[in-house]
Amino acid sequence: MPTTYLEAIREGLWEEMERDPNVFLLGEDIGVYGGAFKVTAGFIEHFGEKRVVDTPISEAAITGAAIGAGLMGLRPVAEMQFADFITCGFDQIVNFAAKCRYRWGAAVPMVVRAPSGGGIHGGPFHSQNPEMWFVRTPGLKVVAPATAYDAKGLIKSAIRDNDPVIFFEHKALYRKIKEDLPAGEFTVPIGQARVVREGRDLTIVTYGAMVWVALEAAEKLADEGASVEVVDLRTLLPLDRETVCRSVRKTGKVLLLHEDTRTGGMAGELAASITESVWEFLDGPIVRVTAPDTPVPYSPPLEEAFLPDCGKVVEKARWLWRY
Amino acid sequence: MSAIPALKTDPTGERTPEAVLAHQCLYYMLLMREMEDRIERKLYRQGKIVGGVYVGRGQEAIPVGTALLSGPDDVMLPSHRDLAVFLIRGVAPGRILAQYMGRAGGLTRGRDGNMHMGDMKCGIVSIISALAATVPVAAGIGLALRYQGSSGVAFSYFGDGATSRGDWHEGVNLATVRKLPVLFICNNNQYAYSTPLALQMACANVADRGPAYNMPAEMVDGNDVLAVHQATRRALDHVRAGKGPYLLECKTFRMTGHSAHDAAHYVPKDLFEEWGKQDPIIRLESRMVREGWADRAELDERRAAVRREVDEAVAWADASPLPDPATLLDDVYESR
Repeated sequence: MPTTYLEAIREGLWEEMERDPNVFLLGEDIGVYGGAFKVTAGFIEHFGEKRVVDTPISEAAITGAAIGAGLMGLRPVAEMQFADFITCGFDQIVNFAAKCRYRWGAAVPMVVRAPSGGGIHGGPFHSQNPEMWFVRTPGLKVVAPATAYDAKGLIKSAIRDNDPVIFFEHKALYRKIKEDLPAGEFTVPIGQARVVREGRDLTIVTYGAMVWVALEAAEKLADEGASVEVVDLRTLLPLDRETVCRSVRKTGKVLLLHEDTRTGGMAGELAASITESVWEFLDGPIVRVTAPDTPVPYSPPLEEAFLPDCGKVVEKARWLWRY
Repeated sequence: MSAIPALKTDPTGERTPEAVLAHQCLYYMLLMREMEDRIERKLYRQGKIVGGVYVGRGQEAIPVGTALLSGPDDVMLPSHRDLAVFLIRGVAPGRILAQYMGRAGGLTRGRDGNMHMGDMKCGIVSIISALAATVPVAAGIGLALRYQGSSGVAFSYFGDGATSRGDWHEGVNLATVRKLPVLFICNNNQYAYSTPLALQMACANVADRGPAYNMPAEMVDGNDVLAVHQATRRALDHVRAGKGPYLLECKTFRMTGHSAHDAAHYVPKDLFEEWGKQDPIIRLESRMVREGWADRAELDERRAAVRREVDEAVAWADASPLPDPATLLDDVYESR
């Protein structure tokens, strides 16, 4: 039976908790209620209150407590109810967790799960993609899976990692996508991008929910005769520049796509890296498709205009292909 | 953790337990005072310390009186005026001085300066500059200690100013809601940088914040090391019995500016004079003579011995090399 993206995260958490008694969960409404999105439904009944800790509405306490527990050798998995609320734990993550190893050699194994992204009419405070705040922070690892397979494999790797990992799970994918997962144990390494579709004429580099938009656009462009390669970053920090540059060397053209807003987004960093490394292989300008520099609006026509979609990607990609 | 060095505070084996404790307290207060005098008045002025310097002059009784009751299972989260916590937990004075001097031999090997240091092998968590940030971390350590079935306690140190911050309240709230083994220790030195207490909070005492969290809170004379020690024992009895956190407010005064570059012109001069008479080292020494625990000659010899110890530590730190720039990129992540 196919597994949804949400079920894949559940399975990853469950298996790691079964495997390692040091793994525990903390967050708001994750126990008796099972989490705002029901990712942890049934966990408290199975693992008990010791390992599934309902906290006050208190993101600095949640992230800070995760750091303390991580310093003591436990493997906490903290849930932000929405990625948007991670701002309230920002100091703990960016100034405390991220810098411990570099400053004083202390390992802080911890995972912060952050349900992110738009397309659910959540409005300005339940739709954001705040990944770049953390990608700018050396010492953190940042992952953003697009598939059920990667969601399960990456949450398991994140829990086993000895550095703090921010795990962006896209809310719009929770129940929308599913796939058959292998029956046995598997993990997905942090720090490795993946070519999800091979092509010759043009590369689209993206991550998270936009991987599915890129694949849809690639399919449409194939009908017109364009062979589009799609690279899913999967991990945003440390960034797998090699896989990106290898693809660009092959196709000579690249479109950078993300749901996050434009200025200071991942596309800018990728464009600079591509220019530095494989400039002489480029046969056209580097093109970006991103959300505009606005807050995420609520009303459907506004949110649709805000979010990158297949039509916007096809239009830009077609232009680049013919360049 | 590494062994806490045995201290020869009872060479003849004839001292009462109280006298032994007094000698122990005196030694660590003198050592902290002497080290910070070198740091602030010599090494900083000589340009051997290039960054910020924050000392706990006049406030030594707080880290000493509390940390002497810590055991191997306890975890310390000292703040920036608690140097003695490091000494009591077995960190060599030379390494602390090397830390200030940005040397490879410092606890952060030149990656950070002053009191921004820690070592989990000694059970010490490093502060960050946003000082109350360690309070929620202390709650997490309390959570972990209970999770692991340890009888240890998290010692969470902070100043009066830190209690204005949201993360202080969030950490205290989580710790009290979950009755976690955390001892909250406030160094109330009445100034947060230039801001006096009355502009920092509307209540008269930090201890007044305790009832809002259903947490026992006690005020103690923070310049009386034996009183701090006694109060800490009471507090630890409560916390170790599983009754949840305890707030100990140690009343004291910051006898310096906020840092070495701050002349503290905003502090009324008579406050320095008044509190100078309450110096915790002078008070302890007078008591020791009065009680017959030591004579003046012995105390003079003690001070001289501490000066020699710090001379050696300074020499060790000064001989420690500066970090190699080739190490710049190391240890951002675990090396595989």
